[in-house]
Amino acid sequence: MQIELHVNGRVQAIEIDDPGMPLLYALRDDLGLNNPRFGCGLGQCGACTVHVDGRAVRSCVTPAAAVAGRQITTLAGLGTPEHPHPVQAAWIEEQVNQCAYCINGWIMTAAELLAHKPHPTEAEIKDALDGLICRCGTHAAALRAVKRAAQSA
Amino acid sequence: MNKIEANSIDMNNAIESLTLDRRAFLASSGALVVTLAAAIDLSAVELAHAAPNGAAARPPLTGDQLSSYITIDADGTVVAYYGKIDGGQGLGTSIAQMVAEEIDVPFERVRVVMGDSGRTLDMGGASAAIGVSHGGMVLRRTAALARHLLIEMAAGAFGLPAAELTVTDGVVHAAADPTRRISYAELVGGRYFDSKVDWNGKTSNALAVDVKLPLKTPDQFKVIGKSFRRRDLPGKVFGTLDLVNDLRLPGMLHARMIRPRVAGAVPVKVDESSIAQIPGAQVVWIKDLLAVVAEREWNAVKAAAALKVTWSDAQPNFPGNDALHAHIRNAPVVKRVIQRENGSVDDGFKQAARIIEGEYEYPTQSHASMGPACAVADVRDGAATVWTSSQKPYDSAACVAELLDLPREKVRAIWMFGTGSYGRNDQGDATADAAVLSRHLRRPVRVQYMRHEGLAWDPKGTASVSRNRAGIDAGGKVIAYETIGKAFSRLDISTREGRAADVLAGHLLGLPLKPEQGFEIPVASYTFDHGRLGWETVAPLLDRASPLRTTHLRDPYGPPILFGSESFMDEVAAATNTDPVEFRLQYLKNPRDRDAVRTAAEHYGWDKRTSPRKGRGDDVAIGRGIAFRRHFDTFIALIAEVRVHRASGKIEVARYVCAHDVGLIVNPETLRHVIDRQLVYGTSRAMFEEVRFDQNMVTSVDWLTYPVLHMNAVPEKIEIVLIDRPEAAPSGAAEMALGLVPAAIGNAVFDATGVRLRRVPFTPERVKAALERA
Repeated sequence: MQIELHVNGRVQAIEIDDPGMPLLYALRDDLGLNNPRFGCGLGQCGACTVHVDGRAVRSCVTPAAAVAGRQITTLAGLGTPEHPHPVQAAWIEEQVNQCAYCINGWIMTAAELLAHKPHPTEAEIKDALDGLICRCGTHAAALRAVKRAAQSA
Repeated sequence: MNKIEANSIDMNNAIESLTLDRRAFLASSGALVVTLAAAIDLSAVELAHAAPNGAAARPPLTGDQLSSYITIDADGTVVAYYGKIDGGQGLGTSIAQMVAEEIDVPFERVRVVMGDSGRTLDMGGASAAIGVSHGGMVLRRTAALARHLLIEMAAGAFGLPAAELTVTDGVVHAAADPTRRISYAELVGGRYFDSKVDWNGKTSNALAVDVKLPLKTPDQFKVIGKSFRRRDLPGKVFGTLDLVNDLRLPGMLHARMIRPRVAGAVPVKVDESSIAQIPGAQVVWIKDLLAVVAEREWNAVKAAAALKVTWSDAQPNFPGNDALHAHIRNAPVVKRVIQRENGSVDDGFKQAARIIEGEYEYPTQSHASMGPACAVADVRDGAATVWTSSQKPYDSAACVAELLDLPREKVRAIWMFGTGSYGRNDQGDATADAAVLSRHLRRPVRVQYMRHEGLAWDPKGTASVSRNRAGIDAGGKVIAYETIGKAFSRLDISTREGRAADVLAGHLLGLPLKPEQGFEIPVASYTFDHGRLGWETVAPLLDRASPLRTTHLRDPYGPPILFGSESFMDEVAAATNTDPVEFRLQYLKNPRDRDAVRTAAEHYGWDKRTSPRKGRGDDVAIGRGIAFRRHFDTFIALIAEVRVHRASGKIEVARYVCAHDVGLIVNPETLRHVIDRQLVYGTSRAMFEEVRFDQNMVTSVDWLTYPVLHMNAVPEKIEIVLIDRPEAAPSGAAEMALGLVPAAIGNAVFDATGVRLRRVPFTPERVKAALERA
């Protein structure tokens, strides 16, 4: 079957042979959009996070067919070095990451939080990011970065 | 909106290898990396050069050639060839600083090529946190030699003595006449140094050079000691940096490995019809190695889940994680080594007025890397190229050569950023699997493990039992001390993964095993009259293809042995009614040891008193604890302040103060970040992480069954005090602080509650039980 995916402002048709195929594989393997990453395939870590209609969604457990026609944004669609999203700018300023395999989930989740709650409390930030895994231990730095982004917005 | 400077984005290694060595690359791999093709720029290699010095072609990649370490591009960019890798702690940035400093160019004009066995010497990959102290110093020395030779070249061009020339920003000029100037690019740009280096003939971590030239001294530093920003971060933050996971070769197949549900079981029957309905899916079964491949990745995932396999009847009879420490205590000792002994320990204990004993247990832990491993291999025409995020790509190449029976020089390993690694995780296994499958299928193969493989099947950090004794005389002085750690060998699988015996594929293909025995002791900084430090190893629970095989996990023996030894120091301090800081200062004599302890205590505002604190009847008890270590020439003291919730057993880390002396600091900001991140990671290891297993198999298979630290448990304040010693050689920082975390927290819990925690991780259930027993 053919489905249309609207990703980062572009519309692209892809052919899939399994309507249950997660969006993650469509983005990575069919569209070559590498930012969402396979971390667990179980929706437990967040490395595959993208925005669908402005909401953070775990693409490893979201069928591609289910989001056809909806607005999908990946990390690369969030901002660029010339026009960084406030969360990306704060991530650079705080020099948050080490290996950065998890970065996609953290930035996309933080961006969703600030879009809906521009001035969250520390407890709200922690709760919003509590469902993410990072194995380099960047949590404290990420918390500082989200606070910084909230102040700059 | 502020603009991020994009010019600092580091090209990743694969792109660099295409740009610089395209022809060699194509010859060896026979293929082009499609997704990276847009980055290919031939102009750099096809420029005509007027530079008169050096050689037109790169001399052989051997340790005695300066061009193996440093070259100058046609545009004057200094290229440093670093035979280690930057797993993400900012090492690439620090290396660029060290080279820029010594060769006299601005930081921005140094590019670092890392971990490509076709272009960089084997300097050991990432290992033991010696990226700066060893590999960095090798490049600093060769940069000094390059600068010296460039001045000599200029002296020849000008007809002036070298002593009358100096260098500013990559331009050699006459000190007396600044108009007489010639740039590095004009001298040798686009060509290669054709000069020898006095090399010690060794490779890996032991590689060293002697350039017989003075290095710059701290008063001359312009680049070292400054906080340049991480070069790899913009590409990561904006999603433009490709990882090994993102490599796609023409004709590439996606593979998933099939692992048994009972450890040690091997496939005896495979029902290929069970995946017949999945487009393009096929089985690869070589001896005991079983995999599925497909053109589309999702179909490989589906086939791995659907494949029906009959397994042999294996009965590993694991003790289960709850009985593991009893097993270690009772298991016969395979090897016992007393690594250090001073005085007459047995006499010392006989003279003691009283003896204190303490045992501590550390669990099996997984690397549990952020992503399960991924690697790509292309084996054809008697040669192999592997793209890997193994932190030891040179060893990975050697392993692949052995597995495929190829000459070592026919295997090229190219390191790329990947799924994260701190130690010998699953990446070497995935690289070997990809190579074996690619040879069998005669197609490029990308292997990506599933989550359960990244937890249940990675090589593990060993569990251990730490036995400690102290003999105290009538005056309260510790006169005899003994610490013995008993554990599985951390060398059951070599951290170097350079042999087929060190990867799962080698085990499954039936190759001979080569286990070695080793654990370790804490560095004997404490001065007791009679001391004995040793270790014992026990046999592995399963010797072939074991999900519990043991090797190096980040800070390979730090957390297990220091949890025992530094908790026990606290125990002895309490038993002798001595303040824990004061106790350590009584027995530490080296000034740098003492400075670390004192600095942490002063910064924390440590008031001198004994533990446990008085008046601890509250629902929430607050305490502070210290732990100290020396590792190589890094000296660290860590103080933890915790809140213990008596009803639930939950521990919260309210504050860390870490005093850290690494000698010369190359990049203070990056160093702070390295310490900050590893203290959080260390907290995860201390509070949450334990590999669980039953009698048949590891049962920690995902993030629910292998819990790790999440945001809501992050330490609330992390204060890092850097002790700068520019005159001292730089030591390592990438893993030294984390080993102190379990003892610092455990000691703080004792201070808060009077209850000694003897088992990591400090889960609420375990803490609550300990409080109830007290």
